[in-house]
Amino acid sequence: MTELNELYQEVLLDHNRNPRNFKALDNPSGEIEGYNPLCGDKYTVFVRVNDNVIEDIGFEGAGCAISKASASMMTDAVKGKTKEEVDEIYEDVHRMLTNSSNDTDAVAKLGKLAALSGVAAFPMRVKCATLAWHAMRVAMQGENDKISTE
Amino acid sequence: MKTSILASQETGNTKGVPGADDFDVQRIRADFPILQRSVRGKPLIYFDNAATAQKPAVVIDSVDTYYRSMNANINRGVHYLGEQATLAYDDAREKIREFINAEDAREIVFVRGTTEAVNLIANTYGRKNIGKDDEIVITAMEHHSNIVPWQLLCEATGAKLRVVPITDDGELRLDEFEKILSERTKLVSVVYISNALGTVNAVKEIIDRAHRLGIPVMIDGAQSTPHCAIDVRRLDCDFYAFSGHKLFGPNGIGVLYGKVKFLDALPPFQGGGDMIRSVTFERTTYKDSPHKFEAGTPNISGAIGLGAAVDYVSCIGMTRIAEYERYLLKYATDKLAEVDGIKIIGTAKEKAGVISFVCDDVHPHDIGTVLDLDGIAIRAGHHCTQPLMERLGLVATARASFSFYNTFDEIDYFIDAVRRMLKVFKR
Repeated sequence: MTELNELYQEVLLDHNRNPRNFKALDNPSGEIEGYNPLCGDKYTVFVRVNDNVIEDIGFEGAGCAISKASASMMTDAVKGKTKEEVDEIYEDVHRMLTNSSNDTDAVAKLGKLAALSGVAAFPMRVKCATLAWHAMRVAMQGENDKISTE
Repeated sequence: MKTSILASQETGNTKGVPGADDFDVQRIRADFPILQRSVRGKPLIYFDNAATAQKPAVVIDSVDTYYRSMNANINRGVHYLGEQATLAYDDAREKIREFINAEDAREIVFVRGTTEAVNLIANTYGRKNIGKDDEIVITAMEHHSNIVPWQLLCEATGAKLRVVPITDDGELRLDEFEKILSERTKLVSVVYISNALGTVNAVKEIIDRAHRLGIPVMIDGAQSTPHCAIDVRRLDCDFYAFSGHKLFGPNGIGVLYGKVKFLDALPPFQGGGDMIRSVTFERTTYKDSPHKFEAGTPNISGAIGLGAAVDYVSCIGMTRIAEYERYLLKYATDKLAEVDGIKIIGTAKEKAGVISFVCDDVHPHDIGTVLDLDGIAIRAGHHCTQPLMERLGLVATARASFSFYNTFDEIDYFIDAVRRMLKVFKR
């Protein structure tokens, strides 16, 4: 696979074209706007946490393919999960994105999220991929605010 | 430039562009060490010249030579090296005076770059002459460096910032400019060539109109100085700023030109060593310009490197450089316009070697990353012109910006890469 195809995998491009859970929630328990001032990526992540579980999650906004696909895949991955499970997924994703050594076992454990693994080779783009994740983690605390990657 | 000139293309470097043939770009490329390298396994195609330009070996060598054989502080020691360094620094100032056709070397102030030059004027001219309800006029296509210093001044003084609007093509509305000017206008500060769109503004006309009302004009020359011949006396601008690193010189050095009558009347910018005539705890007197504005040990190696850069481009000739770059721009614009799905942003009649573009299906940052994998360096983002992006209804653009060491072959390769990129995102 070329570096290009490794980064822009078919799964990632599909999520970019057809983002999942691309909607605002009516009564979210938390809602955070994540902004990357470097490239202008801006998303609002909505979560509804009930009894320690992400009952529903959605996001809105615009940005590059990597940021949008990552946000979309994230919503699929964390919906129905407990806070502890979400923390674990987040840690694994973060490790995958920031560690280019490619621990294949750890990446395989991430399932579909492994499509983001190519980003690790592009340090300038890691913030694109982590933007929605940071917003989601703050939103889970029941916050309504804005965060920035800077 | 007429379209027909480019109609009959042949193979070869200049693609049959008449005039471009006399420009020996391969010989020029050999002067730039970095252009010999590859990135990501591909030959480097450097199309990010509006961000910073590459350096010819003569510039790199001049800095190297200074540190190896001449390093000393200037304007102080009586020793041999101190004298050599002082002479070299003054010599660089003289080269720059000649390069922009200033009348007097006292009008050439070394600063860190265009940004510092604007801040210097805002903090000296501005603090002295601009007060509550006075107005500073800029344009909708300014770089943040020609916006934020004025906003800081407005916050401190209660002055107001007025913005000349642009057309959808990215041209200044000169009719509106005329209306905005009033007896409250204390300064006009305008970009000569837009870094984001490539628009060449009619600065001579702007200066003349402002002068008719007695309003001084500052020109942001960050993009114009590397791409066209500058004659500050013909322009009759009161202040002119540019950065060394965009002019093939080192980082961290730049120039503020100011007419002597203005500079002499201004208070100092920063206080410190080298800018004083005498200091007592009761009273300090200052040197004349330019030393008044150059507190502390300046960027001596940077100034010397910039002097070497100015020598280098002067040997080629700024008029020839501008002409060759016009051919490149025309060729690239025509080719890119043929690509389905690409929209060029900034279609002013007068443009310099910048093409900003967007694509419906691909975000500029993804364009940048995909082209990077082909060894092509372009800029993606807001280009430090967020108000301009907002005016155009965009968050960001991809931007290819050319210099005289770029080739027609590189443009062909770039166009092919753009086409491949579109395929990836449509698969």
